[in-house]
Amino acid sequence: MFDKTLQLIVNCILLFFLLSPLSHAFEFSGKVGMSTMIYQHAPLYEVQHRQQASILSELEFYHDWNDAQDSLTFKPYIRIDQHDNKRSHFDIRELMWLHVRDNWELRTGIGKVFWGVNESNHLVDIINQDDQVDDINGEPKLGQPMINLSLIRDWGIIDFFILPGFRERTFPGEEGRLRGFLVVDTDHALYESSAGRNHTDFALRWNHTISDFDIGVSYFQGTNRDPRYKINVPGKPDLIPYYDQINQLGLDFQATLEGWLWKLEAIQRKDEIDNYTAVSGGFEYTINGIMDSSSDLGLIAEYSWDERNNPTLNQFQNDMMLGLRLGFNDAQSTEILAGWLQYLDYSELRSFQIEASRRLGDDWKFSLDLRIFSDNKINPIGNDDQLQLTLERYF
Amino acid sequence: MKITLIFLAAILSFTVLPVIAGEAEDKGMEIATQRKLHDQGWGDSQAEMVMTLRNKSGQKSVRNIRIKNLEVENDGDKGLTIFDRPRDVKGTAFLSFSHPLGNDDQWLYLPALKRVKRISSKNKSGPFMGSEFAYEDLTSFEVEKYSYKYLADENCGDQNNRLKCYKIENTPLYKHSGYTKIISWIDQQEYRVYKVEYYDRKKSLLKTLTFSNYKQYNNKFWRADNYQMINHQTGKSTSLTWKNYQFSLGLSDKDFNKNSLKRVR
Repeated sequence: MFDKTLQLIVNCILLFFLLSPLSHAFEFSGKVGMSTMIYQHAPLYEVQHRQQASILSELEFYHDWNDAQDSLTFKPYIRIDQHDNKRSHFDIRELMWLHVRDNWELRTGIGKVFWGVNESNHLVDIINQDDQVDDINGEPKLGQPMINLSLIRDWGIIDFFILPGFRERTFPGEEGRLRGFLVVDTDHALYESSAGRNHTDFALRWNHTISDFDIGVSYFQGTNRDPRYKINVPGKPDLIPYYDQINQLGLDFQATLEGWLWKLEAIQRKDEIDNYTAVSGGFEYTINGIMDSSSDLGLIAEYSWDERNNPTLNQFQNDMMLGLRLGFNDAQSTEILAGWLQYLDYSELRSFQIEASRRLGDDWKFSLDLRIFSDNKINPIGNDDQLQLTLERYF
Repeated sequence: MKITLIFLAAILSFTVLPVIAGEAEDKGMEIATQRKLHDQGWGDSQAEMVMTLRNKSGQKSVRNIRIKNLEVENDGDKGLTIFDRPRDVKGTAFLSFSHPLGNDDQWLYLPALKRVKRISSKNKSGPFMGSEFAYEDLTSFEVEKYSYKYLADENCGDQNNRLKCYKIENTPLYKHSGYTKIISWIDQQEYRVYKVEYYDRKKSLLKTLTFSNYKQYNNKFWRADNYQMINHQTGKSTSLTWKNYQFSLGLSDKDFNKNSLKRVR
């Protein structure tokens, strides 16, 4: 059903694309990039590598008609990795027909939706699956098939989602780093629902701004984006992801008071085994014009808690993140974000991360990502401290 | 408020004000009120801007930006700023509801993450897109933002050097303003701003902004095609070139919310 629904959506959109008058706005843009990951330590498993290069490209085709009341966006993405055949992947990040009226909008196709306010732990955000093999920072997402009706009212914006079909999380293959001893077998995922990956999910969100406060309340019913794992013993042992069915009530809140951003996300989730609460919140305080310069320094602190108190189910079960964000406000948009994540229940378990980026000339961007993990028996990726350098050309 | 302004204008049009010591503040206030009145009622507008940043050695960096504005009576305006270039920030958009004396409400849309972020607006004095313009230099003029003092009549320094200007000292009342005072030259016929000098928190001259190539739209509203900002302390400069100014497009509140921020092109 998933394939058929997807096929139908793609066909409908291509049809619209063909029939709509092409005399109207058409735009093409995108980026190509190359990236290399350099690991500090020799790999634990023989098939892995010390260095891993890749090339990537994301294109965007945009077309609108009917006085821009209708538009179509197509955004394919590809990464080709030197070693890891699972990291070499193609995805339709977006293929969306958008119809806009005065007080409602309808999105039909494949797309991405973000909910939430936090930096370290995106608890509430649930529509899209993580493209984890692309980057472990939780930012790349797989395109999700959806029909989304958005109503704009005086009392807020309300969004209804029908989500036909499920995207499985991506994982590194055998030759990839940032994995445990057992490779995740993404070809034989198991599901609680008999519909498997064709299960249709539903979601609803209301969000509103009341003076300095932005508030969102959401509900999701469908396939869990976070899998559990079953060990597959016969033959070569590996991990089989298992996706159960969940109901999730979510709350996101931000108070913007002078230089302070106060943030809170909370969920109540009922899955196959548990019915639990998880909370994450904190602040970001920005000091403007540090040391008589035009640079801004942001101080970030976020605490996360999960009622299940089990680090194998949620890495954010009783953790503190402290971060610094340095924005230079210069012509090259230079930015540095440094974060330190400390597990409060396991004092020896922590990670440290720097993300820095700068524009070169008009069309190039250079980024540096450094990640250091505490080397510890219970941390499967403790050996995989990495430096990632990326150069991208926009057009 | 609008009625008060019209009333004030009516009084002004019948009164010739002698400048006596102590009355400089009153005259400054009246000129500021006239300036606002002369640019009232435009409703909504849209324009394209090319922003050129130059450093001391003359290296250039160019940004393409589109701006939509909605006039709000008795409050600051609503604005939507869309970035087309540099290409790595294409699609980034910025929504602001400005308030003359309080903090503005501001949201930033990051297209790569599809994320709308409410951001702190305390820093109105911070640079806009790495340029020599601060956010507060680009927000709408509101009478309540400053206290005023009339200084002198001077030439405007316009192209043909024909226009006479009022030279006014504006003292920002917003507590987080980056300036201690702003001197502006406003022409005596149409109340257009020709030149602005910005004084930093140490009271020394920081920047000079000059406006040129004024054009009139809808037989009423004057807009300059060129802004030139020079930072005297760093030697850097930023010029803005405006084009395709359009008024009365029928924009309304619905074009200035978090949903429109996400889909604006």
